[in-house]
Amino acid sequence: MPDDSESTSADLKLPLLDQLEEGPWPSFVKDLKQQASRRPQVAQLLQQLEESYENRWDYWRGTVLNVSGYGGGVIARYSDLGEKYPDVAQFHTIRLIEPSAFVYNTESLRQLADASEEFGAGILQLHGMTGDILLLGFDNEKMFAAAEALMEQGWDIGGSGNGMRTIPCCVGPARCEMSCYDTLKLTSFLTKRFIGELHRPEFPYKYKFKLSGCANDCANAMTRSDMPVIGTWRDDIQVDEQAVADFVDRHGEEWVNENVTSRCPTRCIHLHGRKIEIDNHNCVRCMHCINVMHAALAPGNDRGVTLLIGGKRTVRSGEMVSTMLVPFMEMKTDADREALADLVERIWEFWGEHGHDHERVGEFIDRVGLGTFLDGVGIEPDPQMVLNPRSNPYIKFEEYTAPRLEGEPQKAANVLPREPEVTEIPFGGD
Amino acid sequence: MGDISVDQLAEDCYAIVAENAGQKKVKAGDLQKAMAAKYGDQIGRADVKAAIKQLMDSGRTVYGYFGGSSIELPHKEAAENQ
Repeated sequence: MPDDSESTSADLKLPLLDQLEEGPWPSFVKDLKQQASRRPQVAQLLQQLEESYENRWDYWRGTVLNVSGYGGGVIARYSDLGEKYPDVAQFHTIRLIEPSAFVYNTESLRQLADASEEFGAGILQLHGMTGDILLLGFDNEKMFAAAEALMEQGWDIGGSGNGMRTIPCCVGPARCEMSCYDTLKLTSFLTKRFIGELHRPEFPYKYKFKLSGCANDCANAMTRSDMPVIGTWRDDIQVDEQAVADFVDRHGEEWVNENVTSRCPTRCIHLHGRKIEIDNHNCVRCMHCINVMHAALAPGNDRGVTLLIGGKRTVRSGEMVSTMLVPFMEMKTDADREALADLVERIWEFWGEHGHDHERVGEFIDRVGLGTFLDGVGIEPDPQMVLNPRSNPYIKFEEYTAPRLEGEPQKAANVLPREPEVTEIPFGGD
Repeated sequence: MGDISVDQLAEDCYAIVAENAGQKKVKAGDLQKAMAAKYGDQIGRADVKAAIKQLMDSGRTVYGYFGGSSIELPHKEAAENQ
């Protein structure tokens, strides 16, 4: 963007926004000021935002505005200050489905930029939290025209509302040797398979997939998606003995012990001289040793995915980290991908039937219990689903279960009632 | 799918949406349940989805957002300005 903003930005009185330009970090204010020199609409956008900061009030009103036949993908925003700032009275955002792993050719980027310039405010956001391409600043009429023009070029509207959201993924095997499955292919498969659920919201609330090729989780799947799909392996870590020896020679035993073996969460990796020994049975596939010694160690060959469920940010019951659903699932063939899609449909059916309005699937599981959820979607419980192993070996789970035969008496729990522990603390020490 | 056409399902779904207009937000799940109750095994979830798609594509109904995505008759949103 050419820096020809001097004349217009000098005219704008934006003392609060100016503060956001301070410091070494990039600032959207600087970019928007440049854009304001060419577009009065953007100048008014900045003025409304300044007024928002000044009065601590949000002047945007959200509502629904759909491209014909679609149930989402347009974030409609009307300004409460429409008379004062008529150019931003309608300032809608269009979400588009992004290419897998955010890989574009230059022609695609030109198409997006041209559509944004012609119909919108010339502001692109690559990418939103869900991964979509965001084009900002359309009024009602131009929003429809822009959507039509973009769809003619092969773009499609992204997700919003209570439906499946656009699926982002990491770069996967396209540019990363750590990737344990083809994230790009699975993204494309799930998007096409569930395009109806993406365009026509029908769930209790939003449902986000995020796909990461390994436990490094470059797609931020664990905490920011309802269904993270994380690449993993179930055989042994591949070890190149010579490369391990070279690595130890370069860095020294002490450094390797300090930075690799002692940082293994399950202490399953040991260095003996110039040789490394891994207790693969106790390895939790965290990727730390592989990340540090990437020339010497590599994920195993029997690769697939771990499915988790229930991650989310904020609202209702606060932030949640996903919990284990399927420890290992192969993801090489179309049949594997179909098996995943079938499981997803079962989850949607059960959650759709019993979930409350605006209840994410993680909150739903929290409410009904993981056991009920697993029963409902037809998955066998697995010890790896247990968040924290029980610490008291004297508690028997079956003692809490209801009688399984008619007339069988309910067993009493074989534990003492909890008494408050009283510890006398001597004054004055010993 | 048996003798029940997507057109028929679309009409049934539209009738429910129209009947509840202004009183209750009708969601896709509500229509699924209502159609399953009416036609039982003669129809599947995909048939009702196709009926809803037909209603949306034709413009007879639109999606609403507030209180969860609902299926509504076309209307002007209160927040909308000109």
